[in-house]
Amino acid sequence: MAETNGHANGHTNGNTQGFVGTRQIRPDGVDKVTGRARFGADFNLPGQLIGRVLRSPHPHARIVSIDTSKAEALPGVKAVITREDFGDQPSEFIPAGEMMMNYKDVVRNVMAREKVLYEGHAVAAVAATTTAIARRALKLIDVKYEVLPHVIDVVEAMRPDAPLLHDDLFTVGVEPKPEKPSNIAKRVEIKVGDVDAGFKKADLIVEREFKTAPVHQGYIEPHAALATVSEDGATELWTTTQGHFIVRAHCARLLGLDMGKVRVTATEIGGGFGGKTVVYLEPLAIALSRKAKRPVKMVMSREEVFKASGPTSGATVRVKMGATRDGKFVAGFAELKYQAGAFQGSPVQPGTMCAYAPYDMENVHVIGYDVVSNRPKVAAYRAPGAPISEYAVESVVDEIAKKLGLDPIELRMMNAAHEGTKAAYGPKFGPIGLEETLNSIKKTEHWNTPLRKWQGRGVASGFWFNIGGETSVSLTVNEDGTISLMAGTPDIGGLRAALSSVAADELGVPYDKVRPIIGDTGSVSFNFLTGGSRSAFSGSMAIVEAAKQIKSELIARACKLWEAKPDQVEFKDGAVRPLGALAEKVKPMTIAEFAKISGKLGGPIGGVGRINAQGAGPSFGTHLVDLEVDPETGRTTILRYTVAQDAGRALHPAYVEGQFQGGAVQGIGWALNEEYIYGEDGKLQNAGFLDYRMPVASDVPMIDAILVEVGNPKHPYGVRGVGETPIVPPLGAIANAMENATGIRFTELPMSPPKVLKALQEQGRNKP
Amino acid sequence: MARVVLIGNLAQLTGGVAEFQLSATSVKQLFQQLAELHPALGPHLQEGVAVAIDGQIYQDTLFEPIGPDSEVFVLPQIAGG
Repeated sequence: MAETNGHANGHTNGNTQGFVGTRQIRPDGVDKVTGRARFGADFNLPGQLIGRVLRSPHPHARIVSIDTSKAEALPGVKAVITREDFGDQPSEFIPAGEMMMNYKDVVRNVMAREKVLYEGHAVAAVAATTTAIARRALKLIDVKYEVLPHVIDVVEAMRPDAPLLHDDLFTVGVEPKPEKPSNIAKRVEIKVGDVDAGFKKADLIVEREFKTAPVHQGYIEPHAALATVSEDGATELWTTTQGHFIVRAHCARLLGLDMGKVRVTATEIGGGFGGKTVVYLEPLAIALSRKAKRPVKMVMSREEVFKASGPTSGATVRVKMGATRDGKFVAGFAELKYQAGAFQGSPVQPGTMCAYAPYDMENVHVIGYDVVSNRPKVAAYRAPGAPISEYAVESVVDEIAKKLGLDPIELRMMNAAHEGTKAAYGPKFGPIGLEETLNSIKKTEHWNTPLRKWQGRGVASGFWFNIGGETSVSLTVNEDGTISLMAGTPDIGGLRAALSSVAADELGVPYDKVRPIIGDTGSVSFNFLTGGSRSAFSGSMAIVEAAKQIKSELIARACKLWEAKPDQVEFKDGAVRPLGALAEKVKPMTIAEFAKISGKLGGPIGGVGRINAQGAGPSFGTHLVDLEVDPETGRTTILRYTVAQDAGRALHPAYVEGQFQGGAVQGIGWALNEEYIYGEDGKLQNAGFLDYRMPVASDVPMIDAILVEVGNPKHPYGVRGVGETPIVPPLGAIANAMENATGIRFTELPMSPPKVLKALQEQGRNKP
Repeated sequence: MARVVLIGNLAQLTGGVAEFQLSATSVKQLFQQLAELHPALGPHLQEGVAVAIDGQIYQDTLFEPIGPDSEVFVLPQIAGG
């Protein structure tokens, strides 16, 4: 154990104990395993009504009229809302999740106005005394539609003659500015060096086109909201969300409410992965409650979750890479076409920036298109945009390795970004751990284990930026010396355990004497949402600030009590300790002893950390996968999987490993099975977990996790965000393993059994 | 003078000029000087961009210092899922 617990970044907390980096018991664990934890749908209020949404049966139609009179007349119906209950919003972009969001679109997404733009688009909502009455009321709402031609595929949507979703959508980012509207919302571009000159230096050029399907975040817990609005406009909302302050802001804006009158509580959350960074039911529940003057509870069905909440983009990606014969990457080009869903705002911009980020390349040019089509508006999904573009690049990297006869890890190592590398999106990297992850993978027994026929091994690396942002926490010293910790970012991946470890170490108290909670919007200052791998990174920085205040206050009180000067005392191991001659006169005083007489010494003791956290360190990972293909059915089985990722420093290693494992499993689903399947009628055909096949525990082996820790010099404990990066490499790693197993380069995801079987049949290889 | 590079589509608002030498000593001054040189940039800088100063990315902060020899990249804003 170190003399004082700190680390290489110069931060010391004055205490010898070290809960950071250990696998402490999860503060929320007991409630979750006993079923006591309260998720979105578990909240109820006396007299509550049940809210239900009427959704569009058409992928694209003009709303001619909506007649709600029969529904309103149905006994038991207390409120009906439509577009008339939401004022229109000006075109104004605001940051939301990973994407900019336009309130003009948000108001149309939560409740259709002029047109419905996808099957499942909300058209009206009712609040009634029972679910049965609410359902009956929906059937009584008469909506007259003028059905319009629809477009689902991203490439088809880009054609000049494609059905137009928005008359006022003119492509941004092209010169001259278009005179006609189109479904292409934006063209973005990242360019460094000179790719044409780079390709001239290449001995080998590989160019391929890839397609990925839209996939849903697949959180187990559906969207749920409970709202109550009093006669004076005071509004309370309980909702499952990644950011209750963001929900408050959106609802206040959409419904014309004072933020101060809206109190939002984030319930326990059963997964979000980026998909719960936007609002769907929340403004509807508030609007219904305001109208009915009773609480209103709304819960989406699984079908609604699939049809009406954001998946991530499907895409078409063209990649062209050049390398010298000894394996140096000399040029990289890519063209990305990302589906945005019904409204602009796909994650194509980060897709362009991430595509070549793992590599030290002088010449990179990536163009991206943000394209609308008649699908639900996309929402963020772990490392938004990055898995798609990096999958395509990692597939081509593997092909280059094969054509040059090079080891794929050695090829990546030869070109890997490292400290001082100028990233493909501009700035130079500080200390990063990509090379360490590649080395870790190469040293594994996994990498060196032989394979049998129809088995394949693949490797791929991945990158995500990570962010900080506005964060607020409080630490309160209770009367018995225990600590109450309040954070304002929902705990999705172990925030409470991570922050408790930091608070315990900073204050020198036992871990189990810190009790963390997630405060509502009225209890703690503003917090940006949980996303971008920011909450543990930023929250722990804020905890350090809050603890500093407590320690300073205790030192000041000790000085007054002992009539001493600050240099005669120190804070160490949970107590203010006298130094030198003073130590012979007075005894150290613990936090609990201060707490016991806090009134006599000046009042309650606590600290707050309110920061706009900067200094997020990028995280790189490398994944290794073995799989086996059944040539008779095309089914793929994942045999073995290892993740190595740079966590900077793992505050709670078990949770960090859980992030690695969870990202890998979601990536396995994305690569092998998951996809939105649309019929010719533009309707989603697999809106349920029976037909939308996500991996379950029995589908995957134990995912081995290797923690690489290259400290982030900008964080007091060296932390990097870890939640996004693990979903980036699996797509490429699995595609590369499939090629290794079958000799076929699959360029379309998912590599589902029918597609694999068809490819094998075309080559006459579908026999064991 | 700091070397300032615009990444992505921002250079479309400056007539294709993507690189500047500026005397800005903070992000606030950087935005002011860029907006004075190219007024069309102003709303975009306010709307939300990230700034990388000597390799470190900063967002939504105006007071980060910029050194005379700093290399500064103005990037699209970054968030996450």
